[in-house]
This record gives sequence, structure tokens and C-alpha cells, in this order.
Amino acid sequence: MNLRDSHNKPSKVGGFTVLFVTLFFFWVLLNGSLATDVLIIGAVVSFLIAFFFRDKLAWFSELRLTPKALLTTVAYILYYLKELVSSNLNVAAIVISPDLPVKPGIVKVRTKLKTAMGRMLLANSITLTPGTLTVDMDGEWLYIHWVSVDSPDIETATANIVGGFERYLEVMYG
Amino acid sequence: MDSLLPVVGSLLLVIGAAFLFLGGLGLVRMPDVFNRIQAGTKATTLGTILSLAGFACLQPDWTLKLFLIGLFVLFTNPLSSQVLARAAHRSGSSMSALTSVDALAKDRNEPTGKPL
Repeated sequence: MNLRDSHNKPSKVGGFTVLFVTLFFFWVLLNGSLATDVLIIGAVVSFLIAFFFRDKLAWFSELRLTPKALLTTVAYILYYLKELVSSNLNVAAIVISPDLPVKPGIVKVRTKLKTAMGRMLLANSITLTPGTLTVDMDGEWLYIHWVSVDSPDIETATANIVGGFERYLEVMYG
Repeated sequence: MDSLLPVVGSLLLVIGAAFLFLGGLGLVRMPDVFNRIQAGTKATTLGTILSLAGFACLQPDWTLKLFLIGLFVLFTNPLSSQVLARAAHRSGSSMSALTSVDALAKDRNEPTGKPL
């Protein structure tokens, strides 16, 4: 996957902070404890990792830290969960119906997202939404396996598959 | 409240198990490997998350760790499916005769899988 052409480079400090907070958050969740010694060890280790790998894990830090982006993140998560449920009901309906109504195909769609993390989230989101599965990615092109192809046309397919998530991810990652 | 939580937890477990069952049924019924991956990924993700939520209701002490497991499932499941689908396509896996279009084979000069 060609994901290296990220355009808006985040500031080093912002990247460091996001990585540190993420690592520390996972550490606390994994330990399930708020004891002082646990917190201190977690803070030191997270700090060291975030300090040494702030460039290597840059894809972690492309999230924009504006209030609008954070609000959009919440909206995105809710939309994602809604799509996940409807996706499951959709698959369930297909699997249960006796004549197995599938009309599969692999279509090509284009994304406007530029950052690696944004594209990764888009690809993951598409995989978990009704009837679509990301098969491959090449720059701005995504190849999607679609259980019921409505239209092999790039524009229509893009609007149907990518549109919903791109709205949110554009604000979050650009 | 104390008596309600186990009931909710059990319900979530049953619903989760139902989705996992449908995913399994999808693996058997779907016509080719890509459609099987579709059924497998979606149903197992929601099924697993619902089961984990059910466990969290039955064992509230475990909630944080179960939440973490759910988060990892949510992130890794679509990735692994994507890699599986990619590998299947690259090795020219058979596609259902119902398949209407294959843009990837056209662009990459990869073998279009023989119709089943």
C-alpha cells in the first residue's frame, strides 16, 4: 500500500503529545489500576517511547487537535457503530434468504483524503460497512469488493461507498 | 439494578452468539472467497463486541480490559480481512460466476479468477 504521500506534516510537539496520551491511556486500561507506582511507570515508559518514535509513528499524530475535529470524531464513531449494526443486519438478511441475493464485483473508487491515517481509517470503515470490503489500495484509489454492485461507474460507486465516511474523516485528518 | 445487569448481559451474549452463528452460516453459504470474507468479517466483529459487552455486564470488574479487547478487535479485524482478500485476489482465487465486474484485475493485469 502506498501511504507515504502525506501532505500536511504535523508539528513534532503535537505528534509527541498524541502518541504519549494514547500509549498512557492504553497502559492504564491494561493495568486497570490507578495506583501511583503504576501511573509513574506508565508515564515514564510512554514518554520514552513517544520521544524516540515520534517520527516513526507519525501516522498516529495526523489527527487535527481542534475542537471541531474532536466533535467530528465523536460523530464519526457514532456513525461507524450505526453502519456496523446495519452492515450486520444486511449480511444476516442475505445469508438467511434462500436464494442468496448476491451480485458481487470489485469496483474502483477514489478518495479525497491525503493522510495515511485518514486513508487507513477509511479503508477499515469501508470493510465494516454494508456489503463492502477493501481489497487493495493504491494512492488515492481504493479497490472495493461489493456484495451487490449497483453501478460499476467510478463516480456513483465513490458517492455510495466512500461519501459517508469521508465527510467526517476529511475534517479529522484532511 | 443488581438483578437487571445479569439479564442484560445474558441477552447481549445470546445476540452476539446469534451474529457469530450467522457469520458461520455465511461462510458456508456464500459463493466465493471474497463474499465469505465479507460475511465472516462483519458478523464476527459485531458478534464478538456484543459478547464482550455481555461479559462486561456479568463481570463488571473486567469492563476496562474487555473494552480494550473490543477496541483491538475493531481495529485488527478489517485489516486482516483486507490482507486475506488481497492475497486471495493476487493468487487468482476463483470468483463466483455472478461477479459482474473486477476493476482490480483490469488495472493490475492480475489473473481474473476462473468462475466457479
